[in-house]
Amino acid sequence: MPYVLIAPFFILFAIFGLFPLIFNGVVALRTWRLDDPAQDGWAGLANFERLLTDEDFGNALYNTFGIFLLSTVPQLLLALCVAFLLNRRLRGQTWFRVSMLLPYITPLTASTLVFLVVFGRDTGVANWVLSVVGVDAIDWRAGKLQSWVAIATMVNWKWIGYNALLYLSAMQTIPRDIYEASALDGATAWKQLWRITVPMILPVVIFTVVLSTIGGLQLFTEPMLLDSNPASASGGSNGEWQTIAQLIYKVGWKNLNLGYAAAMSWALFLIIVVVAVVNTVLTNRLGGGKR
Amino acid sequence: MSGRAPQDTPAGKWTYLLLGLTFLLSIYPIYWMFVIATSTDAALAEIPPKFLPGGEFMKNLDEVFSLQDVYFAESLVNSLIVSTVVTVSVLFFCSVAGFAFAKLRFRGSRILMVMVVLTLTVPNQLGIVALYILMGYLPGEGGWNGSLLAVIVPGLVSAFGVFYMRQFILGAVPDELIESGRVDGATTMRIYWSIVLPAIRPALAVLGLLTFVGSWNDFQWPLITLGGTDYPTSMVALFDLASGNYVLYRRVLAGAFVATVPLIILLFVGGRQIVRGIMEGAVKS
Repeated sequence: MPYVLIAPFFILFAIFGLFPLIFNGVVALRTWRLDDPAQDGWAGLANFERLLTDEDFGNALYNTFGIFLLSTVPQLLLALCVAFLLNRRLRGQTWFRVSMLLPYITPLTASTLVFLVVFGRDTGVANWVLSVVGVDAIDWRAGKLQSWVAIATMVNWKWIGYNALLYLSAMQTIPRDIYEASALDGATAWKQLWRITVPMILPVVIFTVVLSTIGGLQLFTEPMLLDSNPASASGGSNGEWQTIAQLIYKVGWKNLNLGYAAAMSWALFLIIVVVAVVNTVLTNRLGGGKR
Repeated sequence: MSGRAPQDTPAGKWTYLLLGLTFLLSIYPIYWMFVIATSTDAALAEIPPKFLPGGEFMKNLDEVFSLQDVYFAESLVNSLIVSTVVTVSVLFFCSVAGFAFAKLRFRGSRILMVMVVLTLTVPNQLGIVALYILMGYLPGEGGWNGSLLAVIVPGLVSAFGVFYMRQFILGAVPDELIESGRVDGATTMRIYWSIVLPAIRPALAVLGLLTFVGSWNDFQWPLITLGGTDYPTSMVALFDLASGNYVLYRRVLAGAFVATVPLIILLFVGGRQIVRGIMEGAVKS
């Protein structure tokens, strides 16, 4: 009987989750063209070899990492600050917490389209704010750094509140007497934050680092919709902000070369695993964890 | 510095000020979406930016719904169908499997549970090319690509759902209750229906809301499999709306606003539940 209960999950997962992942590896070793099935055949490692010298892939990799750094680090630090604020005795506590989820529930396509208007060159709100503080208008889609900042802003907007709630939940399980004892020893609020709060919530911090690594390296919607011609999937006139996930879409469904797209997604998978492991180790060190 | 923990210290005015600012920044893009959605073309060019909504919402909306090649009304219905079916299915299959993992003993249960947790860390987006090919081989004209089945069926179960349900059932349903059910001669399904289900209502609400939101907002896979067909989901329709040669943002954002409202209502109705679910889930994981 128990097997009957778990069978639907495992059957569906095997077909639509596990099988595609493995089959992706097979496709990556083949020539698999949507436009010309006659070309389909065994390719060996050709797709992967091509990857190593592909300038588009190199560029997308560079962009993905740039955006990833600009989004993950501020996102998690700001989430920590917000959680720190939410961890006080507040009036309207539930209300504040629920409102933190507004960005999280807003469809990414919708919020990206809004930010597209906000980051408009001539009449965008972002440039208006900058002009108020005396900075010249920025053409957000004209270069790598500024387009990365625009995309990172969207990512940060969406995820800060959600991560803050995760941190808050961990903070509230820290025993009160640890704070009381340290306060009697003369620790300042700042010291308490870095010596008690952060180390005690480290497992959750690592959890969020892994999650945002997985999400951040697969950015797709934001770079797609920032383009003036989204359907081209080119990420700017010179690929200024084209990410790997976007390039996979372009190679697979615009250039109709599924074999090569599959090889790219396998490469991305390996990159994500490596980065997630490195980030976990780094976070653990910085957070004062054991080892 | 008094000897109090942060969570016992009343917030000062700076805390309220900063949290208020955070709130304003959270809501601003949504508000701005509404402002543009209710305005004329000229509103976008105003400096300083327009602050109050205009009266053109119905007109803009009307244009969105009457656009050809975008199928906006159909897309809303499609999204509703997809998200509802996926949510009901995830709630049922995941709670049943979670129940089995939490309360029933069977060979291999530990290993199978470890597998579930491992699959949580594998982004299934990475098998997307092969998934597309697989869909092409399924029965039907041209396979499942381009039909709603392609977005519904892969979403029918979720590893997170099984994991979440197992954790909740472990804590919320006492073994004694299940034992006494057995003594009374109830079948396993009967126990699930009349003992487990009533006890896990809060978890069902949380998982249901998260699943609905996730399914409604999903974009990449629906774009790949439904893009260019006459059966988009609302996210794909928004993409189409923003992809034409002559894009009007008051129209785009009117559409975006309509596609966002159902989720804002869900957050309004179930916000407490979701927050509680996230807070509890994080502690356990």
